[in-house]
Amino acid sequence: MSPRTRESVVPEAEFGSYYGRPILKEPTWKQPDVPLYLFLGGMAGASAVLAEGAAATDRPALERVARLAAAGGAAAGTVALVHDLGRPERFLNMLRVFKPTSPLSVGSFILAPFSALSGAAAVSQVTGWFPRLGRLAGVGATALGPPLATYTAALLANTAVPAWHDAHRELPFVFAGSGATAAGGLAMILTPVDQAGPARRMALAGAATEIVAAEALKKRLGMVGEPYHEGRPGRLMSASRTTTAVAAGATLLLGRRSRAVSVLAGAACVAASMATRFGIFQAGLASAKDPKYTVVPQRQRLDERRLADA
Amino acid sequence: MGSLFGRLDDVTGDAGYGSSGDHPPRMGFFTDTSVCIGCKACEVACKEWNSVPDDGYVLTGMSYDNTESLGASTWRHVAFVEKPTTTTSSVDLGMPGNGPPAAAGQDQAAESGDESIRWLMSSDVCKHCTHAACLDVCPTGSLFRTEFGTVVVQADICNGCGYCVPACPYGVIDLREDDGRAFKCTLCYDRLKEGQTPACAQACPTESIQFGELSELRQRADHRLAELHEKGVDVARLYGRDPDDGVGGDGAFFLLLDEPEVYGLPPDPVVTTRDIGSIWKHVGAAAVTLAALGVATFAGRRR
Repeated sequence: MSPRTRESVVPEAEFGSYYGRPILKEPTWKQPDVPLYLFLGGMAGASAVLAEGAAATDRPALERVARLAAAGGAAAGTVALVHDLGRPERFLNMLRVFKPTSPLSVGSFILAPFSALSGAAAVSQVTGWFPRLGRLAGVGATALGPPLATYTAALLANTAVPAWHDAHRELPFVFAGSGATAAGGLAMILTPVDQAGPARRMALAGAATEIVAAEALKKRLGMVGEPYHEGRPGRLMSASRTTTAVAAGATLLLGRRSRAVSVLAGAACVAASMATRFGIFQAGLASAKDPKYTVVPQRQRLDERRLADA
Repeated sequence: MGSLFGRLDDVTGDAGYGSSGDHPPRMGFFTDTSVCIGCKACEVACKEWNSVPDDGYVLTGMSYDNTESLGASTWRHVAFVEKPTTTTSSVDLGMPGNGPPAAAGQDQAAESGDESIRWLMSSDVCKHCTHAACLDVCPTGSLFRTEFGTVVVQADICNGCGYCVPACPYGVIDLREDDGRAFKCTLCYDRLKEGQTPACAQACPTESIQFGELSELRQRADHRLAELHEKGVDVARLYGRDPDDGVGGDGAFFLLLDEPEVYGLPPDPVVTTRDIGSIWKHVGAAAVTLAALGVATFAGRRR
């Protein structure tokens, strides 16, 4: 059934509003800055894991690619984040306090050391200077990688935006999967196939995690999850799912044998991961803009409570 | 760190100002919309006193409301709702007219021309929540709890990250585009420090906006509600009064004459950080999953 027919059979929920105006303020986070950062953070975090694994199992080509991806992703992500600020010159205020109630505060304390450590590891890798210190920095970046790839789910979930907040159980897994897909995909593009085995496996595992978590999310959210399958965010999400599945299939069948297939499938993984981030970001904007998603669940909750009290 | 959800009797103390004898009592607004006449004196007084810049001039077609909503440059917003009614109500509000002034405490309804219209007017403002999401999520510490229990942005610290904007369950705070920073009602922090009444409450000609100690305002509101119910105005209800609600009660609360959503207010708001424990737990589990996935990636065959 196409989404259009589905829309027409489900009756629109009746709800009161003030001239149909939104109740919540639409997030002021800019595009592409913030969704791009979500992507880069995930890619960089998972790449750091890949880099350390490659170092431990003696895969120099993979290690080099993954170290550069971790450092490059973190640096570019930091630039995107600072660019998004209303007062970019005050970006250091992010490290002024530490607040566990603010994922942006916690995230700043993950991103800052991750950038420094992954940067140091990459510089050491490229120049050959201080190899031991470089490796140590790499280990540090690896420890911070998974938190960097997943805290951004808390960033979105810890808002009043219904499509984000209500998704807080699945969103971190979608982001973990999406980060792994991107890191694996990027390494598949840039690494010879004989060293890219772990990259392929990471992309596959990431793809599976991402698809399963995203489907679970949409299923559990019901009406509040509508923005994930309607309009532009819906198209981004479904394009991402299809691309991920096709790329995973190609990787599984031919990734080991053909460099060309490996490059194409890797690129598809990277693109799909990015589409997921933009889709989720835009679904939140749509969810904030329509008062339906704020009023209907709250009204229902209130009525149920009143009924229980009576 | 203070409490994140539920009832909290001394929000100021919880924010680190010591026990209840060490700090001023919590101050707030009680906006009784049943006596609001929609004059917008509050909007003007707020703009004047706080030097809030112009926020554009648009004709919205939404009754007398061309202010639209609260925002970075609108800290008081008077909502106007016109509802056609089938019953020809004999209850008079005391709208400006040529009849005798109505007794205080009557339903906000009036007849106009050939059909009767029910007028709802309400001056909206930042709720200065007990559990304020904007404050919880602010990464710079720019948003803070004052000694009066109110929530204020420090403009010299805000870096315009915008996290407070989608965090607010009421859609109050916003970034000022040309400035880059977040702004909202300060409950006239500067005036409070001098023992003065906030500009909007001072300017309100009908005492629809009442300012005072929150505990006293709550008593006053309970009284007013009982009075209205006695007079048969069953639609009257308090909004944001309950210290056990999803935000621990509002520092600025309301008496409404219809469902909250009719005024553009969320019917049952909950502070997002109520779930921060669960959020971090799931992030932690996902991070561990990603790390495990990474290890598994290198286990097994050497290919």
